[in-house]
Amino acid sequence: MADRIVGRRSVLDGLVLPARNGIVSVIEATPAARFIYRGDPGLIGDAFGIALPTTPMQARASGARAALWLGPDEWLLLAAASEATTVAAAVAGKPAALVDVGHRQVGLSVSGPRAAALLNAGCPLDLDEAEFPVGMCTRTILAKAEIVLWRTASDAFRMEIARSFAPYVVAFLVEALHGIDR
Amino acid sequence: MLLIHCPYCRMARPESEFRYGGEAHVVRPAEPANVSDADWAAFLYMRANPKGIHAERWRHVHGCGRFFNALRNTVTDQILRTYPAGTPQPALDAHAEDGR
Amino acid sequence: MAGLHRTNGGGRIDRKKRLSFTFDGKSYEGVAGDTLASALLANGVHLVGRSYKYHRPRGILSAGAEEPNALVAVDRGDGRSAPNLRATQVELYDGLVAESQNRWPSLAYDVGAVNGLFSPLLAAGFYYKTFMGPRLLGSNWAWHKIYEPLIRRAAGLGKAPTQPDPDRYANGFAHCDVLVVGAGPAGLAAALAAAESGARVILCDEQAELGGSLLSEWSIEIDGVPAAAWLAEAVRTLAASPRVTLLPRTQAFGYFAQNFVALAERLTDHLAKPEPSAPRERLWQVRAKHVVLATGAIERPVVFPDNDRPGIMLADAARTYVNRYGVRCGSRAVVVAACDSGYATALDLRRAGVDVAMIVDPRPSGGSAVSGAVKAAGIAVETGATVIATRGRQRVSAVQIGRATSGTWVRCDHVLMTGGWTPSVHLFSQSRGKLAWDEAAQAFLPASVAPGQSQRSVGACRGAFGIAAALEDGFAAGGEAVGWAARARDFKVASDVADFSGVLGASNPGAHESKAFVDFQHDVTVRDLKLAAQEGFRSIEHVKRYTTTGMATDQGKTSNLNALAIVADHLGKPVPAVGLTTFRQPYTPVTFGTIAGASRGDLFDPVRRTPCDGWAQAVGAVFEDVGAWKRARHFPEGSEDMHAAVARECRIVRSAVGMFDASTLGKIEVVGPDAAEFLERLYINPFQKLGVGRCRYGVLLNEAGFIIDDGVIGRIAADRFHVTTTTGGAARVLNMMEDYAQTEFPELKVWLTSTTEQWAVIAVQGPKAREVLAPLVEGVDLDATAFPHMSVKAGRICDVDARIFRVSFTGELGFEINVPADYGAAVWEAVWREVQKHGGCAYGTESMHVLRAEKGFIIVGQETDGTVTPDDVGLGWAIGKSKRDFVGLRSLSRPDIVRSGRKQLVGLLTADPKLVLEEGAQVTAEAKPRVGTPALGHVTSAYWSAKLGRSIALALVADGRARIGARLNIPMPSGDVSVDVVAPVFLDPKGERLNG
Ligand SMILES: [Zn+2]
Repeated sequence: MADRIVGRRSVLDGLVLPARNGIVSVIEATPAARFIYRGDPGLIGDAFGIALPTTPMQARASGARAALWLGPDEWLLLAAASEATTVAAAVAGKPAALVDVGHRQVGLSVSGPRAAALLNAGCPLDLDEAEFPVGMCTRTILAKAEIVLWRTASDAFRMEIARSFAPYVVAFLVEALHGIDR
Repeated sequence: MLLIHCPYCRMARPESEFRYGGEAHVVRPAEPANVSDADWAAFLYMRANPKGIHAERWRHVHGCGRFFNALRNTVTDQILRTYPAGTPQPALDAHAEDGR
Repeated sequence: MAGLHRTNGGGRIDRKKRLSFTFDGKSYEGVAGDTLASALLANGVHLVGRSYKYHRPRGILSAGAEEPNALVAVDRGDGRSAPNLRATQVELYDGLVAESQNRWPSLAYDVGAVNGLFSPLLAAGFYYKTFMGPRLLGSNWAWHKIYEPLIRRAAGLGKAPTQPDPDRYANGFAHCDVLVVGAGPAGLAAALAAAESGARVILCDEQAELGGSLLSEWSIEIDGVPAAAWLAEAVRTLAASPRVTLLPRTQAFGYFAQNFVALAERLTDHLAKPEPSAPRERLWQVRAKHVVLATGAIERPVVFPDNDRPGIMLADAARTYVNRYGVRCGSRAVVVAACDSGYATALDLRRAGVDVAMIVDPRPSGGSAVSGAVKAAGIAVETGATVIATRGRQRVSAVQIGRATSGTWVRCDHVLMTGGWTPSVHLFSQSRGKLAWDEAAQAFLPASVAPGQSQRSVGACRGAFGIAAALEDGFAAGGEAVGWAARARDFKVASDVADFSGVLGASNPGAHESKAFVDFQHDVTVRDLKLAAQEGFRSIEHVKRYTTTGMATDQGKTSNLNALAIVADHLGKPVPAVGLTTFRQPYTPVTFGTIAGASRGDLFDPVRRTPCDGWAQAVGAVFEDVGAWKRARHFPEGSEDMHAAVARECRIVRSAVGMFDASTLGKIEVVGPDAAEFLERLYINPFQKLGVGRCRYGVLLNEAGFIIDDGVIGRIAADRFHVTTTTGGAARVLNMMEDYAQTEFPELKVWLTSTTEQWAVIAVQGPKAREVLAPLVEGVDLDATAFPHMSVKAGRICDVDARIFRVSFTGELGFEINVPADYGAAVWEAVWREVQKHGGCAYGTESMHVLRAEKGFIIVGQETDGTVTPDDVGLGWAIGKSKRDFVGLRSLSRPDIVRSGRKQLVGLLTADPKLVLEEGAQVTAEAKPRVGTPALGHVTSAYWSAKLGRSIALALVADGRARIGARLNIPMPSGDVSVDVVAPVFLDPKGERLNG
């Protein structure tokens, strides 16, 4: 039976991620359990460990768990891979929708003093910290791909990208890095 | 590229995140079976296409995903007001008409 | 020596840093800080180009972006060739190679030069008259021998590069509180004021150095210090502000709605050895809360006969060359000054050692500056006169000064002219602001800002001339932009020119109008403009198109207002009554590379690949594009062509087993207590009674009743459905579902989530499918009764959680394994090992098409085209008969949908079984149909069926089902093809294989 055990292969395997010392670095975010929760935010209660933010474009995080507002009835829930079943149990039986998207998308962490400038090569939003503060998240676009963008620190963002768009996004960032000042 | 105020994100966002959705306030009959052929054809195909203020649907497809309505002046291409889907078309005061 | 004509000191150049360059193959030397134009002038080179129509010798007219004559091509090798660059903007670097344009074989001896005898042919409207000519003449000879070569030669300046552009181009979205366009005194002051408040400021300027006109000032003092020192301090202050971004070499070229401004930044063109990986240019897409336009003004030429000889240039350009670049444009100058600024030029030239022979002022009483310094310097001034003729073949050698037609000849080697200043309102006009004619300024000035734009024009571009006025205007606007209420600041400027008024139009109307040039780049003369007016053109927009004035690459920056005044004068109308032509983007030409940015080559569009794609690539699959996806079309073995590979793949699926990557199918998880009700309202099928674990083939219509998508829908739980869509329809269907969920049926508790990319989907199809899966699955009974056709089970395969569907798009026993995408590749490989054990194969989309066509299964978009109803393609059975409503139901009883004669799906069998029809071919009742015979329909799918040993086709044919058994005709260019109409199921109509 051992030959039946198959390994997980990330779409990012084998891709060279853009990085320049002291300027910006892009790494694959820790693999995670990911769910889309849709419905009444109150129904999930304390079961997820974080109250779902109801302020538009706000993310709440605690440890490895995070809840990202994507729309008025839609949240992206992130948790450690080992917690997937716990999260599913939290919503079981409730009149709401919890859908596993753990393989639908991949995460990238973009950090460094020029992280915002790198993203602004393809993202039309104002990423000045006053306009897009730490804890803000939204679906938006990066060049010709849709992404979820979440500012996790003054100089760090987490991006979530649909699986098949990830090679494009990585290639775009590699290209865009050439345009970032030394 | 226009900036469009999303009433759900409560923020002006770039046009490239949105998708146009045609004329707003075209009501789908509650009982289509009871609608005459002529009225059904009007529901399907007849649109106002005004020169001036047009109530139209947009979707913040690469944002919060919500459909909403906008009042746009088709002469100047200015979006004067946006409001949630399912709410009535707001009246415009003279101030809004010049886009402030 | 870096140029014989270089002054000994001063200017913003570094005389010690010598740079060598070539122009038309000849080597020259310039210095750091030069432009190509200043370096050529320093070497005494005035002749730099030939004119567009007449190939007249032309020299450098200006010192900036407005240059109409000095267009050059710069070639850096390897495809790095840029035509139509203005030599006045090309920064010199060591090793620069530049070529003149529009001349053959050389600048000095251009065989294309048109003499006076031939030139009437090229008068106003020559394009239109020439195109009309051949018909009037009734002769092809004239067209081929005269007109076409003429038009072709004149059809453009410069040569487009033939190699792909090897450079990369960057893009940046930027946001700021205040965008200041133009870093002259007005723009600098605006930026300083805005920056003081801590606002985010972007200051851009097309030149290499910030400063605008201050870069060329020698004698002026601002707040007690020389202009250059004031400038240095201002730039230092701005550079030290962390919220200020300074963008030199950056042209604002487009101003769009809601303060969206496009800037093109030149990053490497000025470098001798740019780093190969560095981008050449960057497109900035700036969204500004406020925009301050400080775009200055452009000096107007004076219109007099033969005013286009090399050596005749704009006065302020000569002042810039001498003050900024330390270059004397000649040794003896005549200054034609219809504006006081020309007097300042004369003084600066005199100081630099140029002999100023005379100032000629067309204004009857001359300028107010006459009395002071000019007289003291002993420069002769002739008022109320102008230049009435010039001499000199490739460089001006003398001018005739006088009134009307008589005058005296004055020897000179350059002529400096100023007709006054035209405010640069291009960007303001692009922003849809309204311009108004200002009688006092004799110019169009910004009058009202367009709604939605928050913007101020400051300084010369709004008629506030002079350095003090510009500084004060700019500072006030910069403060206002960040919310300061009327905070003003006085600037003390010494030696400022006070009066910038000038003259418009021809300086000596009536004299030699055919050689008095208005638009230098397009060779439009006073005579051309008057001819257009005589021929009945009244609107300046029409005159522009007829004469082509202002339509060259410079868009008439130096010529438009003179042209307007000449036409107005001829028509006897005031200038504003003739109108103003539209200012269009871009302000100066922008490279395609800058606009394309990263969107080229592999990054032109995202390419989507499935989790199993790597395996297909490794085994040499041939791919096809389906939307943005790459799908394996077939898997050739050895030297197989597609036909052979598809025949083999189909045969193996029917006889053993095949596996197929169906991951691109759209997938939507529809969840909630009202999920079944929602699907009932969307799809034609009933869903309420569909049992958990069962599947249904769903058909989706639009409200007009036409099929727009289809797919298998499985019920995973009472409140959870796994909906599949076509590959191309995934986003569209989700958008439509969201639309109905949000706006039509908001009362339903149902939520949608795209899971297309969550699952890798492996179809295993064929009589051996069960044997392939059996050793891999756990907890799933694959038995036909336990797991019947059209059902779905959760289970495990290769130790991975899976959703396994028993479905078939081939007509064979089949399963579709859904596993989380990151496991897709490994599960595929495990299934492949089993498939091989049973003599199976992988098959691609082409075989999939054949296999489904043999069964008469439709493909949305192939059998349907947006005008096809369920009944048309034989899917009427799928409609839930007791349903009162679903999207499109009402339309199915519209008169046009229920009429007879609609096209219906049928099968076609060619009389010759070897002949495969062409998809899209028309179907007619009779052979050899007469022209105009309406077609009965068309072929939608046509394949070679290896299983049946013959060709098959599907078609939409009027009243098709009633024609089954009839013989119809397919008219083809090679002859008519006879076909028999049959039912659209060619194989196993009872479905015994699929239920096996
Ligand atoms: Zn939104």
